[in-house]
Amino acid sequence: MSTTDIPVSTDAPDPFERTGPAPRRSRRAVDWGKYFTWLVLAWLFAPIVFMIAFSFNDVQGRHNVTWQGFTLRWYEDALAYPDLTTALLNSLAIALLTMVIAGVLGSLLGLALGRYRFRGQGTTNLVMFAAISAPEVVLGAALLSLFLTMNVATGFLTILLSHVMFTVSFVAITVRARVLTLDPSLEEAARDLGATPLTTFRLVTLPMLAPAIMAGGLIAFALSIDDYIITSFVSGNVQTFPLWIWGATRVGIPPQVNVMGTLIFAVGAVLAIVNIVLARRRA
Amino acid sequence: MAMETTTPEGGPSPTPTPPRRVAAAAPYFLVLPGWLWLAVFFVVPIVSMVTMSLMSGSLVRGFSLTFEFGNYADAVATYWGQILRSLFYGGCATLLCIAIGYPVAYWIAFRGGAYKSTYLLLLLLPFFVSFVLRTISWGFLLADDGVLLGTLKDIGLLPDGTRVLNSAPAVVFGLAYNFLPFMVLPIYAVLERMDHRLVEAARDLYAGRVQAFVRVVLPISLPGVFAGVIMTFIPSSADYINAKVLGGTHNTMIGQVIESQYLVNNAYPMAASITFILMAVLLIGIFSYARALGTEQVMEAQAR
Repeated sequence: MSTTDIPVSTDAPDPFERTGPAPRRSRRAVDWGKYFTWLVLAWLFAPIVFMIAFSFNDVQGRHNVTWQGFTLRWYEDALAYPDLTTALLNSLAIALLTMVIAGVLGSLLGLALGRYRFRGQGTTNLVMFAAISAPEVVLGAALLSLFLTMNVATGFLTILLSHVMFTVSFVAITVRARVLTLDPSLEEAARDLGATPLTTFRLVTLPMLAPAIMAGGLIAFALSIDDYIITSFVSGNVQTFPLWIWGATRVGIPPQVNVMGTLIFAVGAVLAIVNIVLARRRA
Repeated sequence: MAMETTTPEGGPSPTPTPPRRVAAAAPYFLVLPGWLWLAVFFVVPIVSMVTMSLMSGSLVRGFSLTFEFGNYADAVATYWGQILRSLFYGGCATLLCIAIGYPVAYWIAFRGGAYKSTYLLLLLLPFFVSFVLRTISWGFLLADDGVLLGTLKDIGLLPDGTRVLNSAPAVVFGLAYNFLPFMVLPIYAVLERMDHRLVEAARDLYAGRVQAFVRVVLPISLPGVFAGVIMTFIPSSADYINAKVLGGTHNTMIGQVIESQYLVNNAYPMAASITFILMAVLLIGIFSYARALGTEQVMEAQAR
């Protein structure tokens, strides 16, 4: 796997000339890759731009398809549908709880998988792999089968249980990847300096794992708040944001949905950009 | 009982100082909660789904386990069309994702320079909008009298009767749209970590640009493509949101059948057997595929 022992790259006579080729080539040819990438980005952003633009559309009724003029009234009336607000709050509550529970369980799993050899490790990897790659409709159907067989009423709790189940493996994999790259000499150093295993974990290991745990938790949050298919199977009468939107399509989507979508998008975008800027400053 | 399994040289950093018994049990304490959760809410549900698929009866009379294997025969006989269509649409969407995603991943990894993370962010940003909302947005955008088609028709670039919605290509493009990041990210991860001097070396040894790509870059990036294929093919062939929003009534996919059998018709045994067939087709295919490539490797590529 290691590529550093390729002889050609090491016995280069003049290392400075070697750094040249890429820019030299791009000056000669048109950089089609760039245009292509921007074209793909435009494609990716098309429905988002549409959603944002039409949150300002002065439309009558709920068939928000043609442009009728600019207005801010949907933003003023953003909370006009109490059901929609409740659904959004449900989604947030479930996503936060999922983030915490899956974050803890997944981190423990990831730590064990990355650090130890133990019996059942292969099975654990296999089950996690299956849970990640199983299609959502299968997971939803299977969970509903269980709840029906056990006579469990579906609702908030069953949604939460299901969300933790399908996100926990993502957290575990993220944390495991980080554990595998940890430098063991740092922990050895801590222990040489007299730290107990617990102190070593708290002061050395945990801070080094924190970014991965955070990242895993955020993945769990994002997967949970966005989930439609699994949730639709195990939700009972409880509405989440995606479920409400879906239900509303039958009668036409009110512009408030565009408003909420735009606001969620804006919050996510700002957080992501802040995160990148901070990371860049740290580096 | 578990003591002899953890040897000091077992993990990358052995923890020898605490009493050996505790150290040997440590991994089991760590994994236990996660194991329990996955067992109760992943393994047991699959088992109960299989059990359910062998039941007979109705919602009114109640269901009982009669090992009714006929459910499977019925499911295949009735819904083979939708199953094949789902696999076909999923496959097309996956190919489209490779065709679109590979060049993008390649360009960002090799030419992104200082802006790599910015490009990745731009690529992921649209997915901050909910999956359902994104798809519905496409539906509105592509509506017959909507912003796109309506305008093009008004200018006269398209004949009046043109429709995009409710067609197979609309569904395939919708699927490819929604699962594109799952293809781009694994490929990008592999290309980004690759030693770029290898390409220079190939060029120095008189490989043309095409040859350098085909014989150096492509083989190195294949694990990323394999991971991407798993990550896009499975969800796209089991998805039904795109088919419902963009495909109308003539492009029903198998997920839709499962959903309506479970939630509308309450025909649980039938629904469970269709689901099991879908799962078997997808998972057996994927497991043999992953076995051939090594599960660890594929999962690793997914994690990045």
